[in-house]
Parts: sequence; C-alpha cells; structure tokens
Amino acid sequence: MIDLVAFIPRAVAQGIPLLYGSTGEIITEKSGNLNLGIPGVMYVGAISGVIGSFYYEQSLTSKDDINGFLAVFIPMLCCLVGSLIMGLIYSFLTVSLRANQNVTGLALTTFGIGFGNFFGGSLIKLSGLDVPSIALSATSACFSKTLPFAGSVGWAGKLFLSYGFLAYLGIIIALVAAFIIRKTRVGLQLRAVGEDPATADSAGINVTKYKYVSTCLGCMIAGLGGLYYVMDYACGVWSNDAFGDRGWLAIALVIFTIWRSDVSIFASILFGGLYILYLYIPAGIDHMEYKELYKMIPYVVTMLVLVITSMRNRREDQPPKSLGLPYFREER
Amino acid sequence: MNSKQPLFHITKRADISKKKAITIRLIAILAALIFCGIVTVALTGDNPLSIYASIFKGAFGTARKTWVTFQNMSILLLIALALTPAFKMRFWNIGGEGQVLIGGLAAAASMIYLQDKMSNGFVILVMIFASIFAGALWGLIPAFCKAKWNTNETLSTLMMNYIATQLVAFFTVVWENPKGSGKIGIINQNTHIGWLPDVFNEYLLVILIAVIVTLRMYIYLKFTKQGFELTVVGESEQTAKYVGIDVGKVIMRTMIMSGGICGIVGLLLVGSINHTITTTIAGGQGFTAVMVSWLAKFNPLSMVLTSLLIIFLNRGAGEISTRFGLNQSFSDIITGIILFFLIGCEFFINYKIVLTHKNRESGKEEQA
Repeated sequence: MIDLVAFIPRAVAQGIPLLYGSTGEIITEKSGNLNLGIPGVMYVGAISGVIGSFYYEQSLTSKDDINGFLAVFIPMLCCLVGSLIMGLIYSFLTVSLRANQNVTGLALTTFGIGFGNFFGGSLIKLSGLDVPSIALSATSACFSKTLPFAGSVGWAGKLFLSYGFLAYLGIIIALVAAFIIRKTRVGLQLRAVGEDPATADSAGINVTKYKYVSTCLGCMIAGLGGLYYVMDYACGVWSNDAFGDRGWLAIALVIFTIWRSDVSIFASILFGGLYILYLYIPAGIDHMEYKELYKMIPYVVTMLVLVITSMRNRREDQPPKSLGLPYFREER
Repeated sequence: MNSKQPLFHITKRADISKKKAITIRLIAILAALIFCGIVTVALTGDNPLSIYASIFKGAFGTARKTWVTFQNMSILLLIALALTPAFKMRFWNIGGEGQVLIGGLAAAASMIYLQDKMSNGFVILVMIFASIFAGALWGLIPAFCKAKWNTNETLSTLMMNYIATQLVAFFTVVWENPKGSGKIGIINQNTHIGWLPDVFNEYLLVILIAVIVTLRMYIYLKFTKQGFELTVVGESEQTAKYVGIDVGKVIMRTMIMSGGICGIVGLLLVGSINHTITTTIAGGQGFTAVMVSWLAKFNPLSMVLTSLLIIFLNRGAGEISTRFGLNQSFSDIITGIILFFLIGCEFFINYKIVLTHKNRESGKEEQA
C-alpha cells in the first residue's frame, strides 16, 4: 500500500509549479491568447530568480548575515521582471503585430528554454566568480521555510503545513483568479474579449489592453511556478533541463480543468501525483521499464479528457471561442 | 469620439510586390543578425567581426562541417515539409516531434527484432513500411478526433508527442544495451543489419531524399486535385462542404501523409544517421519545423531557405559556444531572437502604417 502521508506532500510539491503554470495560462487563454510559450516562460522565471539570488548570495560576506526579506524579495522580483518581459514579447508580437500565436508561442518556448539552460550552464563562467556550482542553499532555505509548529502537529501538519510560502501563494492566486474571472465585471469583460473580441470592442472594452494585461499577468504567474520549482522543490540547485516538460503539462491542465483555475488546485496535485506515481508503485527490479509507462499516464489522461469534452460538446466546457485568433479591428 | 485622433492607423495591404516582401524580410534578418552580434559581444567580449567569422566557420568551415550542415538542414526541411500540408488546411500539427519519434521507434524495433530472421534487404524494407505506418498512425489519431468530434488538434498532437516520448523511454529500458547503461547503444554494430546504405558518403542519402520530397510536395500542393482540396478546406470549411469536399476525409488523408513523412524522418534518423534511438533524437525539431514552414508561407521551395537559415545560425552559435566554453543552448537563444524578428516583420508585409497627419499617400514603414 502506498504511504499516503509521505506521498501526498510530494504530490503537492510536484503539483505547485503546474498550478502556477496552468493558472497563468488560464488567465491568458480567457483573453483569447493561446500562449504555447508557457514552458519557456517558466524556464525564464526560474533562471531569473536564480540569477538574482546568485548575485545576492555572492554579495554576502558570510552565509549567516542573510536577510530573510531580501533573500525572498530579490529573486522574486527578478523572476517577475523576467517573465514580464517574455509576456511583453509575446503580446507585442501577437496583439500589436498580429503574428500567429502558435508560431510565436513556440518561438518563445525555444528561446526561453535556451535562455534558462544557457545561463544555468554558463552563469558561473560569465560572472567570473570562483564557485564550483550554483547551489543557493541559503536563499532556498528562506523560500522553503515552513510554519514553526508544522512539525509538531503530526500527520495533519505534514499534509497541510509542510510547504514553503510559495505553495500557499499559488493556491491563493488560483482561487482569486477563479473568483475574478467568474464573478466580477473585469472577469466578464475578459471573457467577452476571449469569446468575441469584435463584440467586446463595440461594447467599449479595450481589447488590446485586456489581451496585454492578461497575457503579461499570466506569464508572471507562470514564471513564479518556475521559481517555486528551483528555489523550493529543487532546494536552490539549478540543473539544466531538470524542469523538463512541466510547462506542457501545465498547458494540458488548462484543458483538463476546462479553464477553471480553482479546479486546477486539485487537478495539479493529481497530476503531480501521477507524475511521481511510478516511484511508489512496486514494479520490481526486473521491470523498471513499467515506470516509464506510468509516466505516460498524465498525457494519456489529458488526451482522453480532450476527446471526451469535444465529444460531449457542452457549451460551457468549450475553449474561448476566439482562442488562437488575432483580432484586427478594421476587419470586423 | 472623445479620444484624440490617433497619430497613425493600420491598414491591410491588398497586395505587396514580391520584391518588397523579400526586402522587408532581408532587413529583418539583417537586423536580427546585428542584434545577435551585439548579444554575443556582450556575453563573450570578443570583437564582432571574429564572431561572424566563427558563425560562418561553424557551419561551413570544413568539408565535413558543410556536409553535416546540409544533412541537418535536410532533416529539418523534411519535417517542415511533412507539416506543411496540414498547416495549409489550418490543422495545427504540433506533433511532428512525436510522429518522428514513433517512426524512429518502429524502425529501431524492426532492426532489433528482425536482425537474425531476415536478410538485410528485407529488414530495410520492413523498416520503411513500419516507420511510415507508425508515423501515419500517430498523425491519424488526432486527425480522426478532429474530423469526428472537432477535438482541438494543437493540444491533442502536443499530447501525442509525450506519449511517444514515454513509449521510447519504455523501450529504451527494454532494449537497454549493455544492461544498466540507460541507453540502447549502436544497434547491430557488427552486422550493420538495417543500416540504410550510404550514397557516395554517409550524408548524401538524407539530402537526396529531402530534395525529392521538396519537389514532390511542391507539385502536390500546387498542381494536384488533393492539394487543391486541402487548400480549400484551409481557406473555408463552409466552401469546401458546399462544393462537395468531404472535409473529414481530407483532414484524415492529409494527416496520414503528414505523419507518414515524419515517420520517414524517424527512419532516417535511426537507420542512417544515429543507428540508435533516444528520447531526444528529434531534438525539438518538430517544433522548430513549425516555424520553418510558417516563415516560408507554406511554400516548399522557400522552406529550403528558411531551414538553411535556422541550421546555419544553429551550427554557428554552436561553434561560438564551443570556442568560449559556453553552454550549447546558446544556439537556442540565437534561434529564438531570429524567429522573433522574422515573426515581427510579417506584420510589415501584411499591413501598412498610414500616418493620419498629412494623409500622405505612401504609408511609412518601420522595422520591428
């Protein structure tokens, strides 16, 4: 039997980057922009945070005079700025210059993953400092700090309180995003832009502004997912390609949750669990190969959900109607 | 209107001369190259001229390098050609990566399981059929869902990529050689069974196939009934239905072809170039090919140029990173920058900016 108390916290830790990524992408897609650049954005978010905290740690004379606030604030700011720039590139190309969204997104992913791996692999050489590897244990400790009494309340503490603050922030952002999209005026207008920008435009909604803001905001949120991964989950150790295909899984999650970020909280944890399930299923030493098949489960499940939702063809389960299409006012 | 009159407005160009379109693209490439040069200088501190010289040396420095450049270009071109008919009917096949992988997997399986059962010629024949069939099947599944239930193909083909990747990972463990190494190693290293024959040298076969497929695809899209049908489906599904084209059938037929050609690429990667298979054998080219095809405006002949440009910079950036001891991902950054510029410049080909001020006739053009 699987040890749930050990399994669930690890599933949550795996799920949080996916939650950030999918929340960001949901906000973006609600405005009609299909941003396939999210995997790249998450890499850039992660590496920007790493660069920030690398220079911060190098500027300290000893690891003991680390300032908890600065250690969190600097990487976070770098991460947000890095992902914002990615969002601006995407919005400028697709909204202002009306480029094809799929192509722009894929270019953004190529660029972003390259950017992450390049600086991850070359940061030490470029900075000219004499350190063996990028291991940001001191800043990472600030990120993964849990509540002081988390360890003393038994299994409940382990299940609910054993995570760094970014995990809770991710859940809060997902809830707030779901509320804003579904219950507020801003959300209504955002959905209108995603469904039918021409109608929204004639109702006096600034389509360009909504597309820009939601895409950039989405990228910044997704970038935080990368930051969580490297600073909290990976304990501040950057290794190239370690983040893997989580960005694509986040995009898959958007469909899996039918564009609802509150559902994504559970779905992300579920996917996180599926992602590491193979570690917990006894496969035996002779049959290591089945682990690889278990890793396939999230993708197969997403594929099935995609097909089933399209088969049922319910109106409320469909993607935003103008998803992937550029909007050009003069062509109305 | 209570807002101020804007300084300029944007209108769609009805038509643009070929010469003008090419000039705009060349300016974009030039601007991108200058920008890449600045980035490289900032990172390495070398002088710009020697950097451009390195880029050129990396791609065409020696005879061997030149051959490899053309071989890599052929692979990328083949994938782009495979995706093109699908794109022309507005079916966003992002699954080139998976279709290539599964084709390669089928080829590798034939090599491994049939090596002592058949003669070399038969093994190769089986490999060709198996890889085309596997690639076509991988393309058909999303196409079938699209035709039947209108399932979003961008996302379904994307998922198929990872299913293929995990299948390859699964068989990597099954076929592991030697045990515990985590990789398959060179298949049939001693017998060379299933290795595609060399034509003149080890590079030319792939290049020849690319040439044949390019010409064939150009003719298919431009002069055949099927090519015309898929263009109509891409332009307007309603029109297609009205003139009696079976849209579902066209989608499935086109994707079988698209996936099949990707399968051939898998065959070439495994049978001719690498003689082994890994999960990263396609190396993200399934995605790069999407951009190669789009930048060429889905014209097979222009794709020769766009794929050459991408591979040229890729190999050049590789040379720079080797020279300065930097990470190989540098080439991805350079590719990304070039793509941003080229994607951006399309705007100035499709639209023009007209200043409202003096109502000047010829709109002013700016470069992104």
